[in-house]
Amino acid sequence: MRGSSGRRRGIWRTLGPVFAVAWLASGGGAEARDALLEQGRKVFRQCQACHQVGLEAKHRVGPYLNDIYGRRAGTLEGYNYSKAMVAAGQAGLVWDEAGLSAYLEDPKKAVPGTRMNYRGLRHADDRRALVAFIRQYSPGAANIPEAPPTAPLVAPDEDPVVPDHVLAIPGDAAYGEYLSSECVTCHQADGADKGIPSITGWPAERFVTVMHAYKVKARDNEVMQLIATSLADDEIAALGAYFETVR
Amino acid sequence: MTGISRRRFTQGVGAVAGIGVMGGFSRAVHGQGRPKVVVIGGGAGGATAARYLAKDSEGALDVTLIEPSKSYYTCFFSNLYIGGFRTLESIGHTYGKLASDYGVNVVHDWATGIDRDAKQVALAGGGRVPYDRLVVAPGIDLIYDSVPGYSLEASGHMPHAWKAGTQTALLKNKIMAMPEGGTYVMIAPPNPYRCPPGPYERVSMVAHQLKKTNPTAKIVILDPKETFSKQALFTEGWQKHYPGMVEWLPQSILGEIQSVDAASGEIVTDLDSFKADVANVIPAQKAGMIAESAGLTDDSGFCPIVPATLKSTMDEAIHVIGDACIAGDMPKSGFSANSQAKAAAMSIRADLLDARAFPPRFSNTCWSLIDTDDGVKVGARYEATEEKIAKTDGFISQTGEDAELRKATYEESIGWYEGIVADMFG
Ligand SMILES: Cc1cc2nc3c(=O)[nH]c(=O)nc-3n(C[C@H](O)[C@H](O)[C@H](O)COP(=O)(O)OP(=O)(O)OC[C@H]3O[C@@H](n4cnc5c(N)ncnc54)[C@H](O)[C@@H]3O)c2cc1C
Repeated sequence: MRGSSGRRRGIWRTLGPVFAVAWLASGGGAEARDALLEQGRKVFRQCQACHQVGLEAKHRVGPYLNDIYGRRAGTLEGYNYSKAMVAAGQAGLVWDEAGLSAYLEDPKKAVPGTRMNYRGLRHADDRRALVAFIRQYSPGAANIPEAPPTAPLVAPDEDPVVPDHVLAIPGDAAYGEYLSSECVTCHQADGADKGIPSITGWPAERFVTVMHAYKVKARDNEVMQLIATSLADDEIAALGAYFETVR
Repeated sequence: MTGISRRRFTQGVGAVAGIGVMGGFSRAVHGQGRPKVVVIGGGAGGATAARYLAKDSEGALDVTLIEPSKSYYTCFFSNLYIGGFRTLESIGHTYGKLASDYGVNVVHDWATGIDRDAKQVALAGGGRVPYDRLVVAPGIDLIYDSVPGYSLEASGHMPHAWKAGTQTALLKNKIMAMPEGGTYVMIAPPNPYRCPPGPYERVSMVAHQLKKTNPTAKIVILDPKETFSKQALFTEGWQKHYPGMVEWLPQSILGEIQSVDAASGEIVTDLDSFKADVANVIPAQKAGMIAESAGLTDDSGFCPIVPATLKSTMDEAIHVIGDACIAGDMPKSGFSANSQAKAAAMSIRADLLDARAFPPRFSNTCWSLIDTDDGVKVGARYEATEEKIAKTDGFISQTGEDAELRKATYEESIGWYEGIVADMFG
């Protein structure tokens, strides 16, 4: 998963699928989560010159980061945002996994005109850790009914390598479209990520790799294991070919 | 239109395709020759079927959905409303997009009869709607008198809340108004009924609510069964989160239920009589009335179908999906109804439009919430055999799972809810 080159599709969603899948796939591992949060705490040191988070946090040069998760950009009260940030929020930028990750990777590219003077956090691991860390200071599904899921993301270890001959199977996208009708009982057909990861627009190879990881039970979500084991290799290829085309 | 042969349909459609208007849902394709597919019931099964028929035929089918309610409240997540995890508005959905984005003719009326010879559906409002193919998806009806003393009128005092909306709100209001230390009594339904874990998820949500607002209150389940879905998981959860609050009495202890009295709240069983401050009576169930009156049911009260196509074994031109059909090993769930709807829609398109038919795929997952962030699930895959839709593989949450996994399971269910309602209503 790490270092996979998710193709860019619109700034806000760039990293969404990669990340969201990562956590659902992991299904647990308190230790891995603690390690991630610890890493996030360290990365946050870079932010502390301008941002506060936690019980006593106040707006400083930048807004405080409590309650940020799941919010529309540029909407915290008492902070004077740049015009660019307010406009980005109005255009739909939300500080969910995808929005935060894309912004942290390259703020000036994600929101041209932002006042945040930061070169960007290059490593996906660091971004994932930082988002998980910040996310702890936002309301969770537990205390706010109907809030979006807020469990921190935990990256799985690398997915098992899929043999070349399996990756080389040409996918029948029309068949994939039919098979996809089963996926969209849970996954959003329009690509939104609302607690179950988005699966649209993935490079086919990555889709196939992830499905095979479920198939061999290297990823541990039972629903996905059940679906993956019910699909033959050519059916997985068909789904990959189809979902690659959906944006 | 009625009585026209399949061959002529195919020709008609070919002609439409020939002038190149197959690309969208534009009104331009509303020609006379389009085969008519009518769907009765806009729930988990019917709404999905209507949407897939219209979407995948790209205007080549004339799809009509007959549903009396302007707002459909999902039974799924209605227990979470009782527990305080959802608002009622958040589980209400309308049919606007099916009409505007997919070109489905949405008729808000009751179907009062099916004339199978003339291939017409009669409406309460007086109209008649002709069909070439009919999808019957009316869900369940309650057999009120399966519980002696219970009736439609009694359900105003002792809500079943087994169809979501006003009944659900009534039950919640009663729970919130319960006297301190009062007793909530559920009469659980006998098999087969919609949503096997539903009554027990409901008890969990009632317990969650009472623990907050009325912690000395008691919950009693009078169950005409000996076992129930996800039993070990629920029992473990009740002991953990609501110790001493929930009592479950199976038939072997309870005996028969002799009578219920809506006015006094008294419930008499062979074992004892119970005084309920809130009674939640969920009686036995059968296929929605319209299916019965059209002669589509058998002795079981439900509709036998051909497994791969969901075609009624009584009538080639009718498919029965969702809770109303006998779906073999599949439980009566919204997930199942949604899955069956797609198989039926594909079969209809293959028959009427010569569309490509693939082997149907059937699956189900049911999530239940036991307490805050404590979600469990059960799921399976199925295959159509000659005799029935048969289970091939499955899983269930385990007792003793860690809190993090349970939380992830709950959050997954939130995602599923968003997914399935988008898949039903667009
Ligand atoms: C408390 C509870 C919790 C549940 N939780 C879950 C869950 O978590 N997951 C899950 O998958 N399932 C769940 N279910 C089960 C699920 O709600 C049903 O299985 C599902 O709704 C069945 O779909 P259906 O289309 O067959 O019927 P319905 O969804 O009931 O739809 C039938 C529709 O037909 C209409 N209709 C009836 N008669 C006529 C007529 N004569 N003319 C026109 N229209 C008519 C009705 O108005 C209704 O809208 C739950 C059920 C309950 C009661």
